Amino acid sequence: MNRNVRRQFASSIWLGVMYLLTVLALIPLGLVLWFTVSKGLPSVLHPEFFTNSFRPFGIPGGGIAHAIVGTAILVGLASLMAIPIGILGGVYVAEYAVDPWASWVRLASDVLVGTPSIAIGLFAYALVVVPVHHFSGIAGSIALAILMLPIVIRTTEGAVALIPNGLRESGLALGLPRWRVSLQLILPTAAPGVITGALLAVARASGETAPLLFTSLGNTLFKVDPTQAMQALPLTIYQYALLPYKSLQDQAWGAALVLVVMVLGINLLSRWVLRRQIRLAGQL
Amino acid sequence: MRAVLGAGDTKLKVEQLSFYYGKNQALKDVSFEIPERRITAIIGPSGCGKSTLLRVFNRMYDLIPSARAGGKVLLDGEDVVTTRKLLELRQKVGMVFQRPSPFPMSIRDNVAFAPRLLGWSSSRVKEVVRQSLERAALWDEVNDRLEAPATSLSGGQQQRLAIARCLAVSPEVILMDEPCSALDPVATLKIEDLMAELMRDYTIVIVTHNMQQAARVSDYTAFMLMNPEGRYGELIEFAPTANLFNQPQDQRTEAYITGRFG
Ligand SMILES: Nc1ncnc2c1ncn2[C@@H]1O[C@H](COP(=O)(O)OP(=O)(O)OP(=O)(O)O)[C@@H](O)[C@H]1O
Ligand SMILES: [Mg+2]
Repeated sequence: MNRNVRRQFASSIWLGVMYLLTVLALIPLGLVLWFTVSKGLPSVLHPEFFTNSFRPFGIPGGGIAHAIVGTAILVGLASLMAIPIGILGGVYVAEYAVDPWASWVRLASDVLVGTPSIAIGLFAYALVVVPVHHFSGIAGSIALAILMLPIVIRTTEGAVALIPNGLRESGLALGLPRWRVSLQLILPTAAPGVITGALLAVARASGETAPLLFTSLGNTLFKVDPTQAMQALPLTIYQYALLPYKSLQDQAWGAALVLVVMVLGINLLSRWVLRRQIRLAGQL
Repeated sequence: MRAVLGAGDTKLKVEQLSFYYGKNQALKDVSFEIPERRITAIIGPSGCGKSTLLRVFNRMYDLIPSARAGGKVLLDGEDVVTTRKLLELRQKVGMVFQRPSPFPMSIRDNVAFAPRLLGWSSSRVKEVVRQSLERAALWDEVNDRLEAPATSLSGGQQQRLAIARCLAVSPEVILMDEPCSALDPVATLKIEDLMAELMRDYTIVIVTHNMQQAARVSDYTAFMLMNPEGRYGELIEFAPTANLFNQPQDQRTEAYITGRFG
């Protein structure tokens, strides 16, 4: 009896500790959201914030349209490069796991995942900016693509590995070539998981500043031509926040809020897609 | 047990077949002849190499890097083990697995999948879908919902769909690895009836744990056993099913079918 009471007491203490730790872990997240929302909301509530571009300090009505469009173009171009290559790479690594070449690809993408994004930016600078002597959106998107590639490869690999082997064998037993089974049966089955990975990579690339610092550089003007220097949301935050003007600092918070909402939206979408994948895999 | 209607031609001639997973020998010196347009059952205790043997016939073992086969399996005189026409072989020798593994698409697309990838004309694909579903005794149950997802079918229907999918590429041999072990008795009976139907046009080889099933459906039976010293599977006896069950030539066969071990 006594021992029972003691055991219950101990267990409720532990439960309390776990609750406390969970709350502690959630505090930073809550603070980030709170600060971003409370500080960013005033800027965001002006419609011109989304339609206008940079205006110098003192001139009202400045906005981040150039940064939003810039991010869309930079990340869009990066996705066009990284997602198809990453998906093919991921399918290859998963389906031909025993090839020695596949383990090299896996190693390379592991190394790439761990590479600091500033180093990736430096690499793109040396590769693209230095030879042509000017900054460009293309250089920025190449840096972002390199950042995205390993994420897409690894999540695709994971999604493909989730597909039961029976499906693969059933396809092969019909006399279909291995690559067709991989690309036309296994990959479509793994599609939700693959899309999840692509979305996560997009979210990650949208929020990165370092790869853009000396590639896309930033621009105060509204540009849609990726051969020129281009603004992006994280660059806006980084640049404006360092300026001594309150109105531009407020805009930096506004840009941060836009970015956080965007990334959160993409992440939620990817989770929803992933849940569908898991449900589907259970039926096979 | 059906009476054996005269000895047919040999479809698959297994000669001195050995098989290795890396260093482990899984089969040793298996030799027998599988007759055309008959049902041949392979029985034996778990782990004796039944699935391994079956997977040699369509070279499914190619997926396992360390796997290696020695000896010969002649399909209409051509050696399966060394053939370079792997895709043709697998079209000719279809396989139905324990799990039906419906493709995540409609019932129609499941059957049409391979024919389409093989580049057949759409009218031919349409014809083949209908024919295959009819032959697999599934058409009457699904013809009004061909667009429904295959995963919405019952287990037994899914297994008949797997058979239809396999029939769609016009195989000559159908390999079945415990096709009924996940099905209830009614669904099992349907598959067994279907096999008896299919036997007119196809050579069927079935691995089964269920001796009654082997006795019910097959014309010939191969009994395999794991060699206790060598840890490899070997063929103990191969005979017309009636003979094997009524007058087994080997003591070990008799012990197994009377339930004394295995
Ligand atoms: N992929 C593999 N790699 C290594 N060894 C394997 C592999 N598949 C099977 N084996 C081994 O080969 C032997 C024969 O296995 P097999 O699956 O052919 O037996 P089985 O008669 O079909 O058994 P069951 O009735 O349980 O299905 C077993 O010892 C097994 O452990
Ligand atoms: Mg088996």
